[in-house]
Amino acid sequence: MERLQSIQEFGQFQERLRAERKATMTTLVIPAGTCGQASGANGLVRIAKRELLGRKLTDRIQLRITGCHGFCEMEPSVLIEPQGTFYPKVDLSGMVRIIDAVARGQVVQDLLFVDPVSGTAIERQAEIPFFKKQVRALLSRNERVDPIRIHDYIENRGYATMTRVLSEMKPEQVVGEVKASGLRGRGGAGFPTGLKWEMLAKQPNHREKFIICNADEGDPGAYMDRSVLEGNPHSIIEGMIIGAYATGATRGVLYVRNEYPLAIKHLIIALRQARELGLLGHHILGTDFSFDMDLVRGAGAFVCGEETALIRSIEGKMGEPRQRPPYPVQRGIDGKPTIVNNVETWANIPLLFELGAEKFTQVGSKKNAGTKIFSLVGKIKNTGLVEVPMGMTIGEIVYGIGGGPSTSAPIKAVQTGGPSGGCIPASKFDLPIDYESLKESGSIMGSGGMIAMDENTCMIDVARYFMKFLKDESCGKCFTCRKGTQRMYEILDDIAMGRGTLVQLDLLEELALIVNDTTMCALGQTAPNPVLSTLRYFREEYLEHIEHQRCPAHVCKALITYSVNEKCTGCGLCRRSCPSEAITGEKKELHQIDTSKCTKCGLCRSVCKFDAVTVI
Amino acid sequence: MIQLTINGLEVSVEEGMTVLEAARFLGFPIPTLCHMDGLNPYGACRLCVVEIGEGDRAKLVSSCTYPVEEGLRIRTTSSRVLKARKMILELLLASCPQSKTIQDLASAHGINQQRFRQEYEDCILCGRCVRMCEEQMAAKAIGFRGRGEKRSLGTPFDKISEVCRQCGGCIYVCPACELRCTYTTPEQAICGGCQNISPPCIEKEMFHDTMCYMDPCVACEIKKD
Repeated sequence: MERLQSIQEFGQFQERLRAERKATMTTLVIPAGTCGQASGANGLVRIAKRELLGRKLTDRIQLRITGCHGFCEMEPSVLIEPQGTFYPKVDLSGMVRIIDAVARGQVVQDLLFVDPVSGTAIERQAEIPFFKKQVRALLSRNERVDPIRIHDYIENRGYATMTRVLSEMKPEQVVGEVKASGLRGRGGAGFPTGLKWEMLAKQPNHREKFIICNADEGDPGAYMDRSVLEGNPHSIIEGMIIGAYATGATRGVLYVRNEYPLAIKHLIIALRQARELGLLGHHILGTDFSFDMDLVRGAGAFVCGEETALIRSIEGKMGEPRQRPPYPVQRGIDGKPTIVNNVETWANIPLLFELGAEKFTQVGSKKNAGTKIFSLVGKIKNTGLVEVPMGMTIGEIVYGIGGGPSTSAPIKAVQTGGPSGGCIPASKFDLPIDYESLKESGSIMGSGGMIAMDENTCMIDVARYFMKFLKDESCGKCFTCRKGTQRMYEILDDIAMGRGTLVQLDLLEELALIVNDTTMCALGQTAPNPVLSTLRYFREEYLEHIEHQRCPAHVCKALITYSVNEKCTGCGLCRRSCPSEAITGEKKELHQIDTSKCTKCGLCRSVCKFDAVTVI
Repeated sequence: MIQLTINGLEVSVEEGMTVLEAARFLGFPIPTLCHMDGLNPYGACRLCVVEIGEGDRAKLVSSCTYPVEEGLRIRTTSSRVLKARKMILELLLASCPQSKTIQDLASAHGINQQRFRQEYEDCILCGRCVRMCEEQMAAKAIGFRGRGEKRSLGTPFDKISEVCRQCGGCIYVCPACELRCTYTTPEQAICGGCQNISPPCIEKEMFHDTMCYMDPCVACEIKKD
């Protein structure tokens, strides 16, 4: 590609691209992010290429391979533009039929999405309740670009915002606009981004200054950042260029966790293409402004998502947090002024400048402007990534967008904020999603994980799972964090095994409060949240485990027994399926489970067609 | 000079001091374990926490790493601080009960029982030995590795160190194993100063997985004779 020498040349280049695509050609859009590929999107892509080339349809139908659109439950899916037809869970033969229909300008009725509530088929994606109730400011952009083609991004007005900012605004004005928008960091703490940029801008300009994109996304079950990194890497690059211009930063760092190979691949390609065109590097588009960035890969530590540990990791040292003050904005990488922002925050920047601060504040609620992407997972019908305006209630997200519980059991709580967050019971589902309300109820916004739980989820098991994660991921420097998480896990394990005492329960609560108080970094400070929030709202489950050695959700293996009830027809399916050979019985006679051999794996219950296995 | 308030007393202290240094200078006692004069502060043991700030914004910070600021309000013995210290000492006793330093600290704060499962570790990962080796002896022979539960101390890849000069500094500063290696007088080497009944580096057969980085150690060589 030819390097563009000026902003005017870029403008002309963009106009040319847009003019060439003016005729809205029918496009097959296949989401092929990591989750899409895992569900089989690659097969659909292969079929699409074969059909389009083989049947010589390439002058009428295009193929666009994109990142994740968000409706992960229905992947691999296909979207037809410009009609907006949505086909869920497409298999290989279905793909052939769809291409056939598209070539004839028709729709395949029996492959359309069926709304589980009304029972009717919905043709257009925009009408599907899952999509309709969201405000997909960021996710909708994933549909329009192939992440490894910078031309797609530019054609969709990409980088135009950056050129406008560079040519029409002064750095102080840029900072002012971000402050006026009220954008808060999307990494979890919700610190006002404008304020952070202002602090960096105030640092003397003759030294090196760094801006970092925190793409470490360590929360188990959270993959919002991944969808933006894989699906729209240029939005982050554009955001960071604007940020560097505003703050006087000389170098950027993209810190991406090593477990995201597709995101890393797409970012490397995006950076290379941006540099080739002259959008990144020395004298960007012929202006006085120079800025470039490096990609640094994480090495597998959750604690490196904490900003001071992240900075140490970039410096090549062990990822350990340090006490602040001094804050990274004063002393960061190699002692130079540095700020760290989350992927979603950077992706919001081009959007912010496109809309203007005023319009940006109109979405969301007071003091919580804009949208937030949540990964809605767990016992919910519509699993996926949802982008909602701040201030929407939890109930609306869980029932309106999520479609309610995936089984007949009602949802009893949602867990937000990953291992640093807490559980919010169903009685509080009218709470709005914003930083303050979540904090008050004992949880945190975090990076946006939202796990739905029903009566078959044991809250002690949940707390123990998160505590095990935190115990393994603690850096180990602070005595209270290292030993505190170990001891809390020990007590939770005792309770789950039926060995817990009431004395231990009090000790657990006491210890949790001290760990929260005395540790240095946010990992340790928020580590007790799963314990404290489950104790606050689900204390009766703890008491049931301790006083009666019973697990009401039938999860804790040491406290449950599997047995066969009178509905058994003697078909023998369970006997043949049991991996421990614990079931005996004659044909057509009531079978029995030998509890001494039973490992409580649950296989017998899942294969039984007569609901004859009871767990108590 | 910086003006701040400590335990209700308005004082002037020098800029560049840490809260711990200022408090000790003024005579307010703060217990510490990983802190040592002459070594850079690390903030690992959390025993030195003090409360700063007011009302909702009050929080506990480790005084050894917190620099003094204008207008800071510090409380070294508030109930929040005391509760924290007591729990930290309980956790220390639960891990490393044979250390005299820890026993002394615990009894000074009125702790005589701990409610956790008892462990017998010989290292609390305070990092004094690492900092001693790196900062005072400029050898950097030992360091931390691993994360969380698996965090440990040792030489890189557990190989015998080429830069270790066998100065004994690491043993000297350790609060957990507390050996005083007086190698200049061989007759008095490894005896008397140590309160442990069976110091790991002497009873090599009993503690075959002992954490001794110097191989062979000066004291071991003397003992062999």
